[in-house]
Amino acid sequence: MKRLLGLAALAALLACGTAQAQQKQMDVKIGVLTDMASLYADDTGQGSVAAAKLAAEDFMKSHPNVKVEVVSADHQNKPDVGTGIAKQWIDVDHVDMITGVPTSSVALAVMQVVKEKNKALIDSGAGSSDITGSKCNANTVHWTYDTWMLANGTGKAIVKTGGDTWFFITADYAFGHALERDTAAVVEKNGGKVLGKVRVPINTSDFSSFLLQAQQSKAKIIGLANAGGDTINAIKQGAEFGIVAGGQKFAGLLIFAPDIQALGLKAAQGLMFTETFYWDMNDGTRAWTKRWDKERNAPGKVPSMNHAGVYAGTMAYLEAAVAVGSAKDGKAVVDKMKTMTFKDPLFGTTTVRVDGRGIHNAYLFEAKKPEESKYPGDLYKLRATIPADEAFRPLKDGGCPLVKG
Amino acid sequence: MTTIFGVPTMALFGQILIGLINGSFYALLSLGLAVIFGMLNIINFAHGALYMLGAVTAYLLLNYAGIGYWPSLIIAPIVVGCIGIVIERVFLQWLYKLDHLYGLLLTFGLALIIEGVSRHYLGSAGLPYTLPQSLAGGHNLGFMFLPNYRAWVIAVSLVVCFGTWFVIERTKLGAYLRAATENPSLVRAFGINVPRMITLTYGFGVALAAFGGVMAAPIYNVSPNMGSELIIVVFAVVVIGGMGSILGAIVTGFGLGIIEGLTKVFFPEASATVIFVIMAIVLLVRPAGLFGRGT
Amino acid sequence: MMERVSEPALQTLPQRDNSLLIVFAIMVVVLVAAPFVTYPLFLMQALCFALFACAFNLLIGYVGLLSFGHALYFGWASYVTAYAAKAWGFPPELAILAGTLTAAVLGVVAGALAIRRQGIYFAMITLALAQMMYFVAVRAPFTGGEDGIQGVPRGHLFGVINLDNPTAMYFVVLVIFLAGFLFIHRVIHSPFGEVLKAIRENEPRAISLGYKTDRYKLIAFILSASLAGLAGATKAIVLQIASLTDVYWPMSGDVVLMSLVGGLGTIFGPVVGAFAILSMQYKLAFLGEWVLVIEGVIFVTCVLLFRRGIVGEIANLLRIKL
Repeated sequence: MKRLLGLAALAALLACGTAQAQQKQMDVKIGVLTDMASLYADDTGQGSVAAAKLAAEDFMKSHPNVKVEVVSADHQNKPDVGTGIAKQWIDVDHVDMITGVPTSSVALAVMQVVKEKNKALIDSGAGSSDITGSKCNANTVHWTYDTWMLANGTGKAIVKTGGDTWFFITADYAFGHALERDTAAVVEKNGGKVLGKVRVPINTSDFSSFLLQAQQSKAKIIGLANAGGDTINAIKQGAEFGIVAGGQKFAGLLIFAPDIQALGLKAAQGLMFTETFYWDMNDGTRAWTKRWDKERNAPGKVPSMNHAGVYAGTMAYLEAAVAVGSAKDGKAVVDKMKTMTFKDPLFGTTTVRVDGRGIHNAYLFEAKKPEESKYPGDLYKLRATIPADEAFRPLKDGGCPLVKG
Repeated sequence: MTTIFGVPTMALFGQILIGLINGSFYALLSLGLAVIFGMLNIINFAHGALYMLGAVTAYLLLNYAGIGYWPSLIIAPIVVGCIGIVIERVFLQWLYKLDHLYGLLLTFGLALIIEGVSRHYLGSAGLPYTLPQSLAGGHNLGFMFLPNYRAWVIAVSLVVCFGTWFVIERTKLGAYLRAATENPSLVRAFGINVPRMITLTYGFGVALAAFGGVMAAPIYNVSPNMGSELIIVVFAVVVIGGMGSILGAIVTGFGLGIIEGLTKVFFPEASATVIFVIMAIVLLVRPAGLFGRGT
Repeated sequence: MMERVSEPALQTLPQRDNSLLIVFAIMVVVLVAAPFVTYPLFLMQALCFALFACAFNLLIGYVGLLSFGHALYFGWASYVTAYAAKAWGFPPELAILAGTLTAAVLGVVAGALAIRRQGIYFAMITLALAQMMYFVAVRAPFTGGEDGIQGVPRGHLFGVINLDNPTAMYFVVLVIFLAGFLFIHRVIHSPFGEVLKAIRENEPRAISLGYKTDRYKLIAFILSASLAGLAGATKAIVLQIASLTDVYWPMSGDVVLMSLVGGLGTIFGPVVGAFAILSMQYKLAFLGEWVLVIEGVIFVTCVLLFRRGIVGEIANLLRIKL
């Protein structure tokens, strides 16, 4: 038996050798693990699958000897489901790289799977800054955004314009906790005060009791440390309970373009938030959005920064995989990514830090007033650009074990 | 600021009112369960799913037929009530001679089917249902800002619940119903079509759930999961109140809503569990339930 | 007197000698060979669920009590095991023991409350208690809330067997499953088991014969909860994660479905049911929410047309007891 295996391995090795010599086909299989039907489905979901397919298509056009296959699945925001799919993908279906993976709890679980099996995770959609902080590993790259960057962008801007007392309504899982922690730190560092907080299970339909507590705290700013459908619900029900009419303001700490679209500019106007991608930034983003729209096949939807991140992250990963010569060793590809500089039409110049953090510009946006919106999807005003070297947490503060010294 | 046990009265009244809204739904649902159990001897696990179906029907009527909240309040319960009649004729009527547990298992299966289909077509995130314009806005009560719609929910649930109680306990039709529960063959001897009465009772109980669903739509969003969590709490409510009494079901429903609201003020960590804790205590002290008549 | 839940499987059938033993031997052979042809992780998961379903079936099939809250014991054992292995560095055998004991303690408390009522009330109470402990799991700091407990180390069994090796892990799970299975078989065929069956058939008569039926019911409940806990604890080590899914009500529903499909009150039924339902969930995962619908349809079909379940029907056909 052993000898047979040895022979097989030898044969495989020989085959690989000849393959490389002839520049023969290199196969890469990418799994988009995402939320298809729950509260982040609009911000990730099918849109992320479409983005990964675009990346595969574009890459195969420029590298005819590489065959990229994309599969997808729904993790339902459950870490156990995500772990199960990731293991099966890698063990049975030979997936080399997993991308997407919104919801920090699932991302943290999948990170451990790719580490154990030495594959790669290019995350675009999860928020917790722990992914490149205390829980970082050498097989994971975190694209698009994280809680530290959101807190730093939005928190600072709001405190500086007078919003110095805060009450948090926090989603009760890794991402919400991290967002609340990071934002509270920024608020306090800039001279603000946190008056209270309440932790809410995700996918909560009724915020009334929490909004009442926020109202009674008399805080000027109600920080929503949640995302997707939860943020939308809280803002809508806040209107019903007269929160904004009573002089308090919401700070949506993580808002994606599809959320603003769903809320409508009437409810969303004036909200300030931080993002790293907006479809209407320049010709490059507009051209990409047009293609994404076609692939996504849902007229009228705008892509979120997560979608853009899946595209850009997948492109970067594939470039690195080609440079390494194989996608089988996940750590090798991720290591390679950390030495490269990527120019991509969506995020501009991007590098990957040793802790796995993708580094690119971030922007402070404000939702337009309804009368300022000229055409469908015209949602944001650019308030400030946060340069790449200031947008993310300094390398030494993250506590990532991969950072030496 | 006035305080009670160190808690501002404003917070207290606010949370009690919100508790009363939750209580309205507990009461509407446990009432329907009690009515159905009385006639069919079946615990309707699909009750939560049919409540959700009421909300979904209202949502579909609004978004695909342009039919607004007010007509939906009547149409949705009728539609769901008819679905209930079909369910009773096709499935439930074969189970009356079997152990009660088969009714529970079958209706659990039905709940899964209804929930699965809704999730497939609507996704598992909530869909917004626009508040009717005539009930938008609210009043500042001094201690809290009470949205008009929530005040409406409390008032209507009270009316519907006590209306049902009146029909069953104080009218001739109700007398037949109660008699048929006690002794079906005797009632049949009086020339009353008992099977049809059973069918209609199930339809009515289910329509009550759907009515609750329409009422909930503007508050809780329309979500395929909205029924399954609620039904478990309602089961606890039913165990606490006992299913022997209509009035008991109503009082327990509203009462537990208020207690839950109070818990949110004094001990927020326990607000999700308090009803179950009360159930455990009632089981220890009075196993048959507060208004129950034996097991 | 209404028919009892387990009525179909119960008709007195002439016991053919050795048929149980033969089927058991076939099962063992298949399970020993299986990991060489099928994805081992799937098999391990299926074995955990099979044990879980057997534990559940002990209660409904042989005492006539329908628990709709068995996720409580499965899930909490899973949490405690995961926590003990990860945070306290327990070796796997002690972690699993800790989880099982937790389930037993929970079984004592929940059982004592639930047996105060019968029939559907019993079902509703168990469901409500499980939901209560679900909310506790959501809030309790050690469970990690929505994140669950991830990255549970498998460790070395008795300090020697490295469970990171899939084959070793598989055979450990198989041994645990078989031990649980044989234990249940032993219980059912003991004098204690005979009393349980008497209670199922006619409780007032059992009482009049002088049996303290509440005590028997409680002990059966605790045994069932502990075995469900053993299944959950093993699952935590196998999948290296404990999460809210394990304590949530659909888990309770799944185990009811598995037992119902396989055949309530048959000893092999829950095993067959667990493999059938889990394979379906795996194979049809791409159908998304339709899986839920299919499960619902299976429930309805089983209750209306097929109350004996797969194994019950086969046993009836062959006129043997399985």
